[in-house]
Amino acid sequence: MTVLAFTLILFAGAYCAGLIGSLTGLGGGVVIIPLLSVFLGVDIQYAIGAALVSVIATSSGSAAAYVREGITNMRIGMFLEIATTVGAVVGALLATIAPTHFIAILFGCILIFSAMNSLRKKAVHVLKESSPLAQRLKLYGSYPTANGEVEYGTKNVAGGFVMMIVAGILSGLLGIGSGALKVIAMDNIMRIPFKVSTTTSNFMMGVTATASAVVYLQRGYIQPDICMPVVIGVLLGALTGARILIRSSPEKLKIFFAIVITLLALQMIYNGATGRI
Amino acid sequence: MANIKDKDLQYIIGNLLRWGVWTSLAIAFIGGVIYLSSHGLETVHHPKFVEQDHHMPGILQEVFQGISAGKGTAFMMLGVMLLFATPIMRVIFSLIGFILEKDRLYVVITLIVLMIIFVSVHGGLG
Repeated sequence: MTVLAFTLILFAGAYCAGLIGSLTGLGGGVVIIPLLSVFLGVDIQYAIGAALVSVIATSSGSAAAYVREGITNMRIGMFLEIATTVGAVVGALLATIAPTHFIAILFGCILIFSAMNSLRKKAVHVLKESSPLAQRLKLYGSYPTANGEVEYGTKNVAGGFVMMIVAGILSGLLGIGSGALKVIAMDNIMRIPFKVSTTTSNFMMGVTATASAVVYLQRGYIQPDICMPVVIGVLLGALTGARILIRSSPEKLKIFFAIVITLLALQMIYNGATGRI
Repeated sequence: MANIKDKDLQYIIGNLLRWGVWTSLAIAFIGGVIYLSSHGLETVHHPKFVEQDHHMPGILQEVFQGISAGKGTAFMMLGVMLLFATPIMRVIFSLIGFILEKDRLYVVITLIVLMIIFVSVHGGLG
């Protein structure tokens, strides 16, 4: 295969990954890694490096709109970034010593968990009163809805913080945004409204991924000729996905992709367990 | 008053993120075109991953030397590195915003995040 053909295949694959990642809410990074490593025979380390770079691009690109609309809570994001960046650096360091098949198996498990989680029904809740610690840290705010600005508070700051460290470690270790865990930390534990949780989680991914990406860069995980088509493809795919989501909420498509992703994850676990990755 | 500043900050940061991403990708794309026009028809070889031990100053030096030599890979790498710089710039802008709002608590929190990234840039403790 020529370099040109390989680049175009990478681009097309990354576009699909970005599209599926955006439609399912899983993020492009988590879809691109099995695609590169299972189908295209790219070493998992290079796949992780390219995925991490594309996480930074999609996070920053889509966060821009939400920040301007005032949905993202920048204080909550900044405070929890202490946890995710520490986790990310630890995760990146673990990645350099963890055996490859272990990373492949763990990745498959996280992927299945995230796919299942993306199908869960989301309850809408707004907490009125913040806990004392949340109040001292100014972890509250308001966000625009169809019925005007809604005020919200938060609680269980310590629990959310610990969960964010875990999310950061997985992000650094596996090269993913770990959006599912970030949303669990904010939505389920800290009781932040779902819309604020998802946009703030997305906002935090850029900084979290950068904290581990600079470690990866210095260890040689980031190959420019693989990253270039992957990052551009994932971002364009994610933009297409966002456009589709504005017009419709494709529930059946979501279930279909969750099944596809689960199969991909099982393949990855199998490859890891039989030592093929 | 504080609320107005928050809104300004949101606007600036939103634009910063958008411009950062598109500039980085444009540079990476140009690099890709240069790279493919000279290497596109070569046979692809899947290199096995080899762990390396570079340091940021060395990588930067290599990138800038490559750019002055007109190498496609160097432009692609510059695009990637600008992409890394985008969220870091966002944190720095937030820091300035919190300083202007005299929000001491969040100035400290933001400085902690910057410090962690700084440690990571410096070889990630390893």
